[in-house]
Amino acid sequence: MSFLLSHLLSIITFLPLLGAAFILVARGSEKTVANTARWVALIVTIVDFALTLLLWVKFDGTTAAFQFVERAAWMGNGISYHMGVDGISMLFIVLTGGLMPFCILASWESIKTRVGEYMIAFLVLETLMMGVFAALDLFLFYVFFEGGLIPMFVIIGVWGGKRRVYASFKFFLYTLLGSLFMLLAVLAMYFYAGTADIETIINTVHFPVAMQSLLWLGFFASFAVKMPMWPVHTWLPDAHVEAPTAGSVILAGILLKMGGYGFLRFSLPMFASASVTFTPLIFALSIIAIIYTSFVALAQEDVKKLIAYSSVAHMGFVTMGLFTLTQWGVDGGIFQMLSHGVVSAALFLCVGVIYDRMHTREISAYGGLVNRMPIYAACFMVFALANVGLPGTSGFVGEFLTMLGAFWVNTWVAIFAATGVILSAGYMLYLYWRVIFGELVKPALMTIKDLSLREFAILAPLVAVTILLGVYPKPIFDVTSASVAHLIAQHKAEVAFDQAPHQNQIKLASRGDVR
Amino acid sequence: MYTAIVFLPIIASAIAGLFGHYLRPRLCEIITTAALFVSCGLSIVAFYDVAILGHSQIIMLAQWITSGDFEVDWMIRIDTLTAVMLVVVTGVSSLVHLYSIGYMHDDPGRPRFFSYLSFFTFAMLMLVTANNFLQLFFGWEGVGLASYLLIGFWYKKPSANAAALKAFVVNRVGDFGFALGIFGIFYIFKTLNFDAVFAAAPAMAGKTFVFAGYNVDILTTLCLLLFVGAMGKSAQLGLHTWLPDAMEGPTPVSALIHAATMVTAGVFLVCRCSPMFEHAPVALEFVTFIGASTAFFAATIGLFQNDIKRVIAYSTCSQLGYMFAAAGVSAYGAAMFHLFTHAFFKALLFLAAGSVIHAMHHEQDMRKMGGLAKAIPFTWAMMLIGNLALTGVGIPLLGIGTAGFYSKDSIINATYLAGTPIGHYAFVLTAVAALLTSFYSWRQFLMTFHGKFRGGEGHHGHGHGVKLEDVHESPLTMLIPLGVLATGALLAGAIFTHYFIGADSTGFWRGAVAVAYGHGGAKELPLWVEFAPFVLTLLGFGIAYYYYILHPELPAKLAARKGMVYTFVYNKWYFDELYNFLFVQPALKFGRFLWKFGDGKVIDGLGPDGIAARVLDTTRGAVKLQSGYVYHYAFAMLIGVFVLATFFVVTGGMP
Repeated sequence: MSFLLSHLLSIITFLPLLGAAFILVARGSEKTVANTARWVALIVTIVDFALTLLLWVKFDGTTAAFQFVERAAWMGNGISYHMGVDGISMLFIVLTGGLMPFCILASWESIKTRVGEYMIAFLVLETLMMGVFAALDLFLFYVFFEGGLIPMFVIIGVWGGKRRVYASFKFFLYTLLGSLFMLLAVLAMYFYAGTADIETIINTVHFPVAMQSLLWLGFFASFAVKMPMWPVHTWLPDAHVEAPTAGSVILAGILLKMGGYGFLRFSLPMFASASVTFTPLIFALSIIAIIYTSFVALAQEDVKKLIAYSSVAHMGFVTMGLFTLTQWGVDGGIFQMLSHGVVSAALFLCVGVIYDRMHTREISAYGGLVNRMPIYAACFMVFALANVGLPGTSGFVGEFLTMLGAFWVNTWVAIFAATGVILSAGYMLYLYWRVIFGELVKPALMTIKDLSLREFAILAPLVAVTILLGVYPKPIFDVTSASVAHLIAQHKAEVAFDQAPHQNQIKLASRGDVR
Repeated sequence: MYTAIVFLPIIASAIAGLFGHYLRPRLCEIITTAALFVSCGLSIVAFYDVAILGHSQIIMLAQWITSGDFEVDWMIRIDTLTAVMLVVVTGVSSLVHLYSIGYMHDDPGRPRFFSYLSFFTFAMLMLVTANNFLQLFFGWEGVGLASYLLIGFWYKKPSANAAALKAFVVNRVGDFGFALGIFGIFYIFKTLNFDAVFAAAPAMAGKTFVFAGYNVDILTTLCLLLFVGAMGKSAQLGLHTWLPDAMEGPTPVSALIHAATMVTAGVFLVCRCSPMFEHAPVALEFVTFIGASTAFFAATIGLFQNDIKRVIAYSTCSQLGYMFAAAGVSAYGAAMFHLFTHAFFKALLFLAAGSVIHAMHHEQDMRKMGGLAKAIPFTWAMMLIGNLALTGVGIPLLGIGTAGFYSKDSIINATYLAGTPIGHYAFVLTAVAALLTSFYSWRQFLMTFHGKFRGGEGHHGHGHGVKLEDVHESPLTMLIPLGVLATGALLAGAIFTHYFIGADSTGFWRGAVAVAYGHGGAKELPLWVEFAPFVLTLLGFGIAYYYYILHPELPAKLAARKGMVYTFVYNKWYFDELYNFLFVQPALKFGRFLWKFGDGKVIDGLGPDGIAARVLDTTRGAVKLQSGYVYHYAFAMLIGVFVLATFFVVTGGMP
């Protein structure tokens, strides 16, 4: 047990890789391999999820310090294998662990070709995603962060829809281009600080204000694409549309959260003054994202595209909340990411259900599904409402807190953001109407079947989580609040430090009280 | 006990909703209806305990959102204001449940219907028992959801789906203001708890803060933002367009949600926040202005509607306007009193209309009715009582009459007594609206029950008309609720008037609604003011009688002339057309434009696709360069040498 606990993060991170290796050596007929791959992937992801829950149980929410820390020498001089979680990153690991089994289950029947390779890609992806949230070394983080691109690129490119090659290249180029700037920033930080240790940099290294701006922009280039923020969002709808269902789930559920996590881990604590300088930019882009993409979502004719655009709008609330640098805004931003991770994943799973039956994502191909699929309609309704931000669902809590934070900082920002509340109701319920309600007249739909037991087992827990987090979100805030409070205090101290005269002499001395 | 009142309906709703597939529909009906009657019984006990005996209390249920110093909990707050609403909500809801057993008896979706109804009741109870603004907002959106689901209950009808969507989105426009109001309240008061906010409100009177770049009065701004929410939910002028369309839902829904309870949530909100409104005179004037204008405006539209439910819908809209007009002149007691009595007689009218529709085999057009009094005498009597109560018939000097006589007249009187310009504006409009109310109510009554039967004639090409012999009285499950409500409509006014607005009102409300010093108070009322509503009501009846009984051919002739005023009013002042033109169509077009042009041409065009295209161009160019002829390469080298040499000469060898 003690070994397990002291190496929990590494185990969580690399267990899926082990599963992948196992599938790799599996031999037999194509059918046997496929079945082995499915079961191995399912068991591994479920065990991994159980371990992440153990992480949550053992996590101490009262402190902002990093926990479950592991350290080992890696590339000499200041670059090490350093893992650890705090209240900001821990829940993303749980979210990743929680969504993976659903992805495997959702692909159970819909993926028929190269099943072994598919499962390997997903397991490798899981390792890399876990690593992103657990890494406490710049280079380690960068490896995980960039590495995640490859399996996703493969998943879209191999198992995707008709325009999968275009979509996967667009996805790859966008994210790669952003990441290059981040790599430059990472190198610059390493040479300035002499260490790549994230904890050390946050707590003891202070970058000059001019340098902060450049570094901030370097990281911003990468995170804005990942988020995605307007106007670098156009890769997302294409990627979603072409990706297989499980790919969309991971894309919306986890990959989009890396941008927000990056802002929290790097931009805000390390480049405090630059963050303040660029806050108006972030607010402007967030508001544009909320309003612009909501309108675009209203006009969509493809179910997946509509949900993809709505994701962009919801991420707008996240960036807005994070940069309010209020407890509510940041708490809300994190909550919104977690909630969106569940809700958008569930929405894509819902789309997957009807896509598996009809092989089309055109909204106009559907209509009147409630007549034959009442259980499906009920599940879809819950997620649609959560996406609309109805109180009592998880979607409300984050949205509300981010806007509360925004109001505190700038009422205009809150006013603009609140219009998103109207628009989201418009596009989401309009979609629901066209797909679910109405008379069932399309001949192709006459024999459509309601949820199978497997599909119900996928959606029902997500319905429960969505409502539970909306009514009783306390477990989440118990984890995040200490770390968020610390982040904000630290940020304030950093900014004060930059504004104080003679800052250079007291660089390290004044920082003792921060931590 | 209070927890049971609130949570019994949701438990029943969950049972009917989750297991309705496996239970028999009748069992779902019994479970939900029984739960509601228990809840109603407890509410009456609560009303007695809290409002009469004075035992207010606050019960903590669980923590909700805690982030930094933002703390909001699930709580149940029971004071007189809540107790009144508890009785109204559970009372009407339980009767509507019972009524629906009869009304919906042949609908295959009954478990779903009853589940929705009970869910609505739960949300409404959460709304009225809230102890902070956020829980109020939870209930607020919850009833909105229930309303959306129930309007669209018959999901096969496109018109029902459209109406449901419209209701939700228009309400969201109101919620946009409400949400901003909540943010503002937290920004100013650092809490969302009612008691703390209301205690701190007087100190904020006259102070300003920066909102949207302007320095504005705190309480006025906050109250106006909250009132935007109230306007949406209570279908006040400008945000009213969803209510008439909401009649697409089954009639019991109209009675419960769109007449007696949900739409009055806005009035409840203003009364609940009276400690804030009292210190925001501008906001109060605005409330009266909107209320009185709506009272008049909706009544005009009601004049020429031919759908029996739509007449009542506009009437509801108009009556809600009355309540706001009263609240705006600080007569919160009168507003709540009218809310209370209105719940009885408006639910009665809707359910009676439902009984008519049921008897007419789902025909709602009054032009195809007439002379039904003999076929359905009980419904006739119920509708008569409802109309007497709505139009406020009573004897001014003796001071006895139906429910509306006490509550509506007290509003008209209160606006007069306010003595302010806005008060006079409200007095004139509400008094004229009383005339209009009387006219459209009796017009509807006479068109439906008297004169010649006009069914079976096949108006407008609808072949199948209903014959008078086919018109039968409704089953007992539907008639009992009518009887109970009718009793309320007759007596509620007389029994409760001295509690709500009379001598005992201070002891009754005990601060649940606040009236600042100098507002309201008893003053002498001129005799003509007291008589005005009475006379106007009689006049309205007279006109209706003249047109629809003595000269039934006249209205059609007038309609055929299509005068400007008639056309304008008949088309509901063109609000729907205007909004469609201003918002709905442009939003869709704008979305398309941003998608195709913004994302497609500009972002992708200049971004990835553009770059990809340029890269392709360049590579094609590069391919052409590799021609394989030695002299091409030699020439290129020569140019390169020349450029390098020039560079060194010009810069002196230094980069």
